[in-house]
Amino acid sequence: MTELDAEALCQQLAAQMRPHVTPATALVGIYTGGLWLAERLHTELGITQPLGAIDVSFYRDDYASKGLHAKPQRTEITFNVDGAHVILVDDVLFTGRTTRAALNELFDFGRPGVVELAVLLDRGGRELPVAARYCAHTLAEPLPRSQNLELQRDEDGQLTFQLTQTPAVER
Amino acid sequence: MRNPQLNKHGELQHLLTLDGLPREIVTTILDTATPFAAVAEREVKKLPLMRGKSVFNLFFENSTRTRTTFEIAAKRLSADVVNLNINTSSAAKGESLLDTVDNLCAMHADMFVVRHAASGAPMLIAQHLQHTGRDDVRVINAGDGRHAHPTQGLLDMYTIRHFKHDFTNLTVAIVGDVLHSRVARSQIAALTTLGVPEVRVIGPRTLLPTEVEKLGVRVFHDMSEGLKGVDVVMMLRLQNERMNGALLPTPQEYYKIWGLTADKLTLAKPDAIVMHPGPMNRGVEIDSAVADGTQAVILPQVTFGIAVRMAVMSMLGSH
Amino acid sequence: MNILISNGRVIDPARRSDSVQNVYVAHGKIVALGSAPDGFHAERTIDASGLVVAPGFIDLAARLREPGFEYRATLESEMEAAMAGGVTSLAIPPDTDPTLDEPGLVEMLTYRAKKLNRAHIYPVGALTLGLKGERLSEMAELVEAGCVAFSQANVPIIDNTVLMRALQYAATFNFRVWLQPIAPFLGRGGNAHDGEMATRMGLAGIPVAAETIALYTYLELAKITDARLHITRLSSAAGLALIEQARADGMDVSCDVSINHVHLSDMDIGYFNPNCHLIPPLRSQRDREALSQGLAEGRINALCSDHTPVDDDGKQVPFSEAEPGATGLELLLPLTLKWAERAGVPLMDALARITSDPAKIIGITKAGHLSPGARADICVFDPHAHAIISRENLRSQGKNTPFLGLELPGKVRYTLVEGELMFDH
Repeated sequence: MTELDAEALCQQLAAQMRPHVTPATALVGIYTGGLWLAERLHTELGITQPLGAIDVSFYRDDYASKGLHAKPQRTEITFNVDGAHVILVDDVLFTGRTTRAALNELFDFGRPGVVELAVLLDRGGRELPVAARYCAHTLAEPLPRSQNLELQRDEDGQLTFQLTQTPAVER
Repeated sequence: MRNPQLNKHGELQHLLTLDGLPREIVTTILDTATPFAAVAEREVKKLPLMRGKSVFNLFFENSTRTRTTFEIAAKRLSADVVNLNINTSSAAKGESLLDTVDNLCAMHADMFVVRHAASGAPMLIAQHLQHTGRDDVRVINAGDGRHAHPTQGLLDMYTIRHFKHDFTNLTVAIVGDVLHSRVARSQIAALTTLGVPEVRVIGPRTLLPTEVEKLGVRVFHDMSEGLKGVDVVMMLRLQNERMNGALLPTPQEYYKIWGLTADKLTLAKPDAIVMHPGPMNRGVEIDSAVADGTQAVILPQVTFGIAVRMAVMSMLGSH
Repeated sequence: MNILISNGRVIDPARRSDSVQNVYVAHGKIVALGSAPDGFHAERTIDASGLVVAPGFIDLAARLREPGFEYRATLESEMEAAMAGGVTSLAIPPDTDPTLDEPGLVEMLTYRAKKLNRAHIYPVGALTLGLKGERLSEMAELVEAGCVAFSQANVPIIDNTVLMRALQYAATFNFRVWLQPIAPFLGRGGNAHDGEMATRMGLAGIPVAAETIALYTYLELAKITDARLHITRLSSAAGLALIEQARADGMDVSCDVSINHVHLSDMDIGYFNPNCHLIPPLRSQRDREALSQGLAEGRINALCSDHTPVDDDGKQVPFSEAEPGATGLELLLPLTLKWAERAGVPLMDALARITSDPAKIIGITKAGHLSPGARADICVFDPHAHAIISRENLRSQGKNTPFLGLELPGKVRYTLVEGELMFDH
């Protein structure tokens, strides 16, 4: 799995998205990996709308059993959501639950015109009817639940994938 | 004996007092409150975190203001809120405190927000819930006697951090009726826990409790001396019933000596902030020019109070 | 019944004797120690090997809650507790409902107690009618009815003129007056020692001065009235110092302390434990050490249980609203032994504080010692056995004590009252 080149996938994703970007397009990254990716794409694609960030801690469906994430981050969406063309950006698409939570939160800011989803990697294992409009890579075989795949960012801002054997965080 | 507000893993189970609460927990609550503060600026000021949970505001002592802030906080978290104002001052002996709690538990309460005139009442409820095996029900102390008002203490810390960023280089003065103040006790506990190097209390000897210096504060009776060079001035409310009698001769004399005026405030640092837990007695403990002045952060305190209470409720509301 | 208590370690503090020997009991009295009197035939033999044989304990303050508070405890339940605690004589404070200010009431109580045939009771009459501090009670009549002294329990007299007259009147007959040092106003509404703990917990404080001011008043009035004064339930080092000063000035004044106050301090309130809500309040650790030391050296004359059964309704409320008091009859021996262990007090001296010393304060001559001819009130206990104090094991109807859950030394095995075996475990 480590042979996945996050940097290369990033370029591919940008290439996929470029034809569809208009001056009205806004990006919203999902903490933490998705936001790094969105920051990249924001520059790469020359997006003019301010970058949005969502922390889905307050909308997670496993709050009742798992409690609040240790340090939730501030969700910040400064563009006008009403009627906007929004692309949600996440690093890895898994169960689809994070996307669901992000959509719910987004709608508490207004009624967007179009919402699309862009991800670097689809690891399979969907539990909700969610599909990415833009996806750089789809794994041939779904990753076992016991494995966790996450984007990492080093001091130089380089993006890499990290695979751990910890129980999967539902995504 | 286990601290009744922590579970066996040392995690916060109830919020009863800030005295003895580990620094990491206090900091976590403040950190968690930050994103909640942003929710108030949204179109839809509501989060789904406590959907389907029942929060009972159990107020044995009247306080519209505190009850309202808890109510707003719970409602913004999508909880169902039931307000119970139980007047205990009536001579007729009603249902006992724990009977009331048992009854509400039978209605599947998930959380109690308790205000009571007797110090320790919320702790009694928490201990009772533990003894009767209802570990899933949470208690938040909304002010008990002279003992504690932890959410007020936390929102004050949030406010100080917002304006001053760091606690470890501050001088903070608490002014007024410390003796009868649960707010002051929670403030002192939080400030010392967060590493404020100098916490002062200022007031007449009649309004400072015995051995208050053992709580880690410096005692001043002279307002001018106590305010010298402070970064934060925390005013306390002087209750009407204390103003005329054996504690103080008159509100006029109190105002003259311990009331915060623009004049006295110049002794503090130029960028000092002025706080008050409300409701204010203008012209008794604080002059209007100060209360409405540029250094006052009294209204931000109220706003932050909701975020802090949302943070506490949502931290306790899961499991 | 003729009873032989064989091979026990017989400790009689009154005679300062401590040796393994037999005790012979007949016709309600101790008839001999050591060898059997002529013609003694034991109908029952109690093997006391490895056990201590001591005079039955004498408690200076045990509230049996009758009359008036039968829902908290009854004479029956508390007498059972006394027997299980080895307490064979107890003084009853007058704060019953109605108060012990009526000779008829005292006679009734004494009669009821006699019928139960358990511990001997020594009623302490109300010094003023209804403990109201206004009118004197019929002291002479009350003594005839069985009262051994007069007190205000823990209700102070506000008017010093009344207090002085009461002391004068009692002194006329040389009656004993037991006073608990509580100032009428200072500390009113308080429920904990006025110190760091109360400040931290936001409890209204009762300053030590509430005790010392009362003591100054009592001692001064006793001096000019020549009253026979006994001070009950000391709580502070300063209070004890005042009593010692008065003694140094030539006054004959005795005093006692409760088992709670030699073991606990305000720190033990912990997280608002309502069982630690007591009168007087638990004071600082320094005070506790001074009381413990004073008791060890006999400067405090006696240790008492201050037995005050309070039901759960009175305790399962916030600290300040909780009824003050704790159950104690069954804890008197274990806490005496525990105190002796902690303070390094010889067993003989420790037992003196709950036998011969309180006997002197009440004026009991027939009991409190093990001389031949004495009333056969005897407690046989195992000083080495330990037991955990639990609600289930307490016979008293009052299940509330700060010592719940603690393991304490000393188990009563046999209690004899007037030669009758009343408790056997």
